[in-house]
Amino acid sequence: MTDVNKDELTGKATTGHEWDGIKELNNPLPKWWVTVLYATILFSVLWWVLYPAIPFLHGYTKGVLGYDEHRTYEQQAAAAAEAQKVWLDKIDAASTDKIASDPELLNFALSGGKALFNENCVACHAPGGAGRPGFPVLADDDWIWGGSLAAIEQTIRHGIRSPDADTRNNQMPRFGADGVLNGEQIGDVANYVLSLSGGKVDQASADKGKQIYADNCVACHGDQGQGNPDLGAPKLTDSIWLYGGDEKSIVAQITKPRQGVMPNWQGRLTDSQIKMLAVYVHSLGGGQ
Amino acid sequence: MSLLGSSQFYAEHVKIYPQRVLGRFRVIKWSALAALLAIYYLVPWIRWDRGIGRPDQAVLIDMPGRRAYFFWIEIWPQEVYYLAGLLILGAIGLFLATSLLGRVWCGFTCPQTVWTDLFMQVERWIEGDRNARVKLDKEPLSFRKIRLKVTKHVAWLLIAAATGGAWVMYFNDAPKLAADLIHFRVGTAQLGFIGLFTATTYLLAGWAREQVCIYMCPWPRFQSAMFDEHSLLVTYEVWRGEPRGKMKAKETDKLGDCIDCNLCVNVCPTGVDIRNGQQLACIGCGLCIDACNSVMSKISRPLELITYDSLSNSAARAAGKPPKFKFVRVRTMIYAAGLVVVASAMLYMLSTRATVDVAVQADRSPLFVKLENGDIQDGFTLKISNHTAQPVEYRVSIEDKPEMTLKLIGADPQSVKVMGDSVGTFRMLIKTPRKGLQRKANTLTISAVNVATGEESHHAAIFHGPGGENGEED
Repeated sequence: MTDVNKDELTGKATTGHEWDGIKELNNPLPKWWVTVLYATILFSVLWWVLYPAIPFLHGYTKGVLGYDEHRTYEQQAAAAAEAQKVWLDKIDAASTDKIASDPELLNFALSGGKALFNENCVACHAPGGAGRPGFPVLADDDWIWGGSLAAIEQTIRHGIRSPDADTRNNQMPRFGADGVLNGEQIGDVANYVLSLSGGKVDQASADKGKQIYADNCVACHGDQGQGNPDLGAPKLTDSIWLYGGDEKSIVAQITKPRQGVMPNWQGRLTDSQIKMLAVYVHSLGGGQ
Repeated sequence: MSLLGSSQFYAEHVKIYPQRVLGRFRVIKWSALAALLAIYYLVPWIRWDRGIGRPDQAVLIDMPGRRAYFFWIEIWPQEVYYLAGLLILGAIGLFLATSLLGRVWCGFTCPQTVWTDLFMQVERWIEGDRNARVKLDKEPLSFRKIRLKVTKHVAWLLIAAATGGAWVMYFNDAPKLAADLIHFRVGTAQLGFIGLFTATTYLLAGWAREQVCIYMCPWPRFQSAMFDEHSLLVTYEVWRGEPRGKMKAKETDKLGDCIDCNLCVNVCPTGVDIRNGQQLACIGCGLCIDACNSVMSKISRPLELITYDSLSNSAARAAGKPPKFKFVRVRTMIYAAGLVVVASAMLYMLSTRATVDVAVQADRSPLFVKLENGDIQDGFTLKISNHTAQPVEYRVSIEDKPEMTLKLIGADPQSVKVMGDSVGTFRMLIKTPRKGLQRKANTLTISAVNVATGEESHHAAIFHGPGGENGEED
């Protein structure tokens, strides 16, 4: 008797089902393939038991191993902090001048300072200290409050017009808005200020402006327009203008000055972080 | 097992039980195996003094340290093209050897062959020769069968573990790692690689064997492109052997020398019948030559019925002409020339390679800044690689732009010190007058000169500026 489950043509076993006279050959999956499939199922069951796996609305299964990626992260962060500690201790103990003169400390401070700068400072000063309109460029050599390591550290630590008690602070009078000077006078003094940096000006107006400058501006900006970093009075003879260097911008700044604010970072950053930032900013291009 | 001429696309795997054979090629195979395994296991233990604080292992690939050491040669990551050169040499060498002598690489030196040979020998020691193994596999499960099988697999796994264990020695300090292994103080990376190589060795040499050569390896698929009629290949001299027949019939009929004893098939590690002619499953190991010679000497017929011979010689012999061995051919000369050219180029590059390498990368933000006096300043990252073992002092300067001035943060450009075998990274500021800086991207060349030896390295850089004609605002 022939096997009913054998296909006559090929001699292979069939599944035994028949559809309109057509039988399907029985070609089971390879044994190794099935074994691997069952092994993966077993693996996943083991995984559910051992590791965090199934989410609920509030919480999830924790797994019997108690594995937690947050803890792994914390351990790695702690290990990194431990590795950095030897350097951070040295930076804590050293002045910014000493850090800048020690190649190894300098290297560490520049890397750390760059990371801190990118986290805290780029929003206003742009990456690399490129500056934005109204926010000073830190890569050039024009410093409103001084460009030495100590001056930069001081600025970062206490800020400018910040709530800090030792903050750097000054006030440019609102010559136009408060009616100290009239429009024509402001135009004249703006022309004079522009002439200090060699700009093209209306010479007659600038000549008239000279006296107005001597009466109102010299105290802070200096008789030659050389500025005063101690007072935070910008130099007027150079080609760098925080709020724009054309006549209109200068008139606007004399009429109703804009005054930038920089936060004080003491209390938000550690001592060593502030020092690394100062060293980094000093290295950007114009440190004095 | 013939793959050619088979009408089926799918072939069931037939387990092969290679029989033991003695002879010239078996001796060559054992010698090659011993030499290659000795090299593999011993090389990491060779010491090579490089001075204090540097690894003293002759051959070491230091992944965390980003260095590879080969005796007196030290390779940095950016010099990894030497590896490409070695691979090219290996490939051309393989082509040359194949066009001259057939698949000698496959038959004698390929790791798959070496470890499979070793595993087969262990199997033979434990389970006996071909007939005993065939019988054992057919037997029902018994205590003896379990004992033999378990012994064999444990022995295989031990060899496989030793193989994986030796592999990681090339990537770590061998004596220290060996001590750590004994005390179970190894990291997951080492354990992972030992496990990986244990598993692959066990599977490939123990289980997959000839299937690697036939199905997995790409080499057999295109090796025939390297053969020609003068290549020496393992060849069955058809003109002598055919028509084949049993000894008894030979005396009456006019038969060839082949007595159809099947020994050449039984000893073949890939289960090939060499009498079917050249085929991709033949790895050219010559064991069938040994087998056939032992039979030919027993029945007092001339040896070398299966022999290393070229197709043209085989044809010449069949026609009664003397064989001619032609090693100098266009093909072999091209391969040899390629080998010489690549080897010379590598040797030249290696012997003249620089000990200093300078690289300059311009800041992306800001591209440039205007200084108080109107000058333009750009920031750069300067990297000087010191490939010597000692600290070296370099002089850094701008080669082609006298109007530009250069400044380094924390270092004097006239005397930049870089520690031995390391890269010094510095922040570099370059400034130039606004006038004369006409383009938005201006080229300049930075050079670093070894103050002591005068050796130089140059790097072209781009100085970004505001652009505009004659320094006017644009």
